[in-house]
Amino acid sequence: MSDYTAEEMMSVEAARALAGRRSCFVGIGLPSTAANLARRVHAPELVLIYESGAIGAKPTRLPLSIGDGELALTADAVVSVPEVFNYWLQPGRIDVGFLSAAQLDRHGNLNTTIVGGDYAHPRVRLPGSGGAPEIAASCREVFIMVRHGLRTFVERVDFVTSVGYGDGYDSREKLGLRGRGPVRVVTDIAVLEPDPVSRELVLTRVHPGVEVADVKAATGWDLKVADEVAVTEPPTDEELAVLRRLVEAS
Amino acid sequence: MAELVELAEGIAELVRDGDTVAMEGFTHLIPVRAAQEVIRARRRDLTLVRMTPDIVYDQLIGAGCARRLVFAWGGNPGVGSLHRLRDAVENGWPAPLELEEHSHAGMANRYVAGASGLPFAVLRGYLGTDLAKHTDTIKTITCPFTGEELAAVPAINPDVTVVHAQRADRQGNVQLWGLVGVQKEAVLAARRSLVTVEEVVESLDPVPDAVVLPSWVVTAVAVAPGGARPSYAQGYYERDNDAYRAWDAVSRDRDQFLAWLEESVYSAASA
Repeated sequence: MSDYTAEEMMSVEAARALAGRRSCFVGIGLPSTAANLARRVHAPELVLIYESGAIGAKPTRLPLSIGDGELALTADAVVSVPEVFNYWLQPGRIDVGFLSAAQLDRHGNLNTTIVGGDYAHPRVRLPGSGGAPEIAASCREVFIMVRHGLRTFVERVDFVTSVGYGDGYDSREKLGLRGRGPVRVVTDIAVLEPDPVSRELVLTRVHPGVEVADVKAATGWDLKVADEVAVTEPPTDEELAVLRRLVEAS
Repeated sequence: MAELVELAEGIAELVRDGDTVAMEGFTHLIPVRAAQEVIRARRRDLTLVRMTPDIVYDQLIGAGCARRLVFAWGGNPGVGSLHRLRDAVENGWPAPLELEEHSHAGMANRYVAGASGLPFAVLRGYLGTDLAKHTDTIKTITCPFTGEELAAVPAINPDVTVVHAQRADRQGNVQLWGLVGVQKEAVLAARRSLVTVEEVVESLDPVPDAVVLPSWVVTAVAVAPGGARPSYAQGYYERDNDAYRAWDAVSRDRDQFLAWLEESVYSAASA
């Protein structure tokens, strides 16, 4: 087994989660890396959908933006932006929405809008929502991929850009969101999954070499831990080789 | 019928102080040259509308052309922040910037309503988000058939929409293809429109999945080869990802940005 970085472990583990899924609405950055790795190794038939209107994109290298030319040139269909949101996302046709965020809380609510201050006078103005609120609402399931740390895993997000489980329990259903919500959070050190009743994120898996205490220390709330915490399989040589080729080509 | 004009002339005529201006192009075909002409014309108090402000609006905001921004995602794609946008919001430099913030789905539907001659659009959106608390133009409406509560957003009808396309013919019919974003809706929603093109050709040969904007819905067409750089025009040139990365350093610092503005916009020959 070759050496690998925490970042590579995260991409590989997130890609594995896409095995058996048919379609994925891909956010840019970390999710795009994982989704493109999955299409090469774990889910060859996976349909990648980018909000720029590329449906079934098959890029040969990682796109920098969600609208790089290669996405359209390799797509099964190219549609307008109103169409991608209205006809494809909104009715719940897409299996997995794959998102990242600057902050998330124990119920998987995501913030990509502001950090600190208030909305009118933020300390840091982030890019904002883009497609995320409706991806989080309407995909059948949501996967989240973020680097673990106290700045990201916070007690309260400074702004709810995209809803996970709201205040927990049945609050997502009460809000009228139709997709199931975030079923998995993959980080560079662990995997969290929601408790089936309270919908609070629970530590279910650590990556090799990581202790439960490390994950708790990197989480800004009192993280619940599953009775049995599994250890993630390290990346295979094939997974690493394909991932590195992807990253190097971009 | 669309008039064939010089870019500077078209901007001077069609983009006025205080206008609501939409410059669309979703990553692809962003009308960057036209926007720099707006900066050169020293337009002020604009309400800038765009799903993804991108570096094109970062430049307009930093140059002091904007009073208000209507948008959904204001980052430098794949790179990070738009520093001029951030400086305006966080520090009011060079002027305070009002925000009217939506999601992509909301913005896209606002253009659809505008193009359709409807006062508002309906969508499943914004449920449970804080956006609905801070943006006045997000409301709810009850479906008269099912009783379901849905989001309602008002139409966008810009005073002027500016887009870039691959080509036009001499009659001013415009053809664009590849990722076509929301340009058709933005042009049809607008009172006036200006389209910059890579070239004017004798006849528009069919291209798969192309959008055609007939001459009679376009106000003016201006030839601006390379007018979408550093974004791209499929079939003509690729996205200059290095330029997007380089913008991060240029835009991060006010003095560097001002030097760029002087050298690349004000002192540069008019298009």
